[in-house]
Amino acid sequence: MSWNLISLETIFYLAGAVAIIASLKVVTGKNTIHALLYLVVSLLAVAVCFYLMGAPFAAGLEVIVYAGAILVLFVFAVMMFGLAKDETRHAPQATGLSIWVGPVTLALVLLAILIFAIDDASIQQKLTANIVGARQVGALLYGPYLLAVEIASFLLLAGLVAGYHYAKPDGQGGHL
Amino acid sequence: MTAIPLSHALVLACILFVIGFVGVIVRKNTLFMLMSLEVMLNAVGVAFIGAGSAWQQADGQIMFILILTLAAAEVAVGLALLIRMQRRFRSLDIDKLSQLRG
Repeated sequence: MSWNLISLETIFYLAGAVAIIASLKVVTGKNTIHALLYLVVSLLAVAVCFYLMGAPFAAGLEVIVYAGAILVLFVFAVMMFGLAKDETRHAPQATGLSIWVGPVTLALVLLAILIFAIDDASIQQKLTANIVGARQVGALLYGPYLLAVEIASFLLLAGLVAGYHYAKPDGQGGHL
Repeated sequence: MTAIPLSHALVLACILFVIGFVGVIVRKNTLFMLMSLEVMLNAVGVAFIGAGSAWQQADGQIMFILILTLAAAEVAVGLALLIRMQRRFRSLDIDKLSQLRG
């Protein structure tokens, strides 16, 4: 197959297929941590889709906030649950490559897509032609959407207070 | 006009949303339900970014940022409630919540 046949659409569909497969593995997973790893791969695939759709700022936010912050919150919470009744203990121990070969394969496909998209001149030309950059987003965010930003900050503050209050141990006045 | 048609981005968003929705409906482990909710919110983000890129407007990305803050707040509260539930019922089974009295 000639390299010229691989167009922007093709690698978009490839990244979308990776996202769908990883999401299916999240939904059907048995082990919590493995499902979280697949969720990270799914979010990274969606970030690649954003990049290919001409939204590099949203792609960066997806990686930093979703895959970086929210998923780490999930991992911390799973650690706090205590693994006494978790399925992890009943999972087969030390099965070698079989546990992580799935997420690694999907992530390598994503890496190949990204490297190809950066390397290929015609795809870069197509991408830069219709980009909606961070400058436009920022100008709109702090112009007409200023009230929405304030409401979002209220929402985050409410989430912070509620999370702190609900997760307090019983002895410290955390009764619901 | 962008290289990727809007309809294809919307199809991808619909498939991801349905996968997350089925996860929320089918799974009984509350943690997996939260993860499926993340997949659903992410699918909505794909739809907004696709629409924003089709019309070459930044509004789609702004809606995505708002969805991002919504997801962060939802996950913080949801996980705190799950920690609470694990302490009280020693389980993450959603059916245990039917024992609650209002």
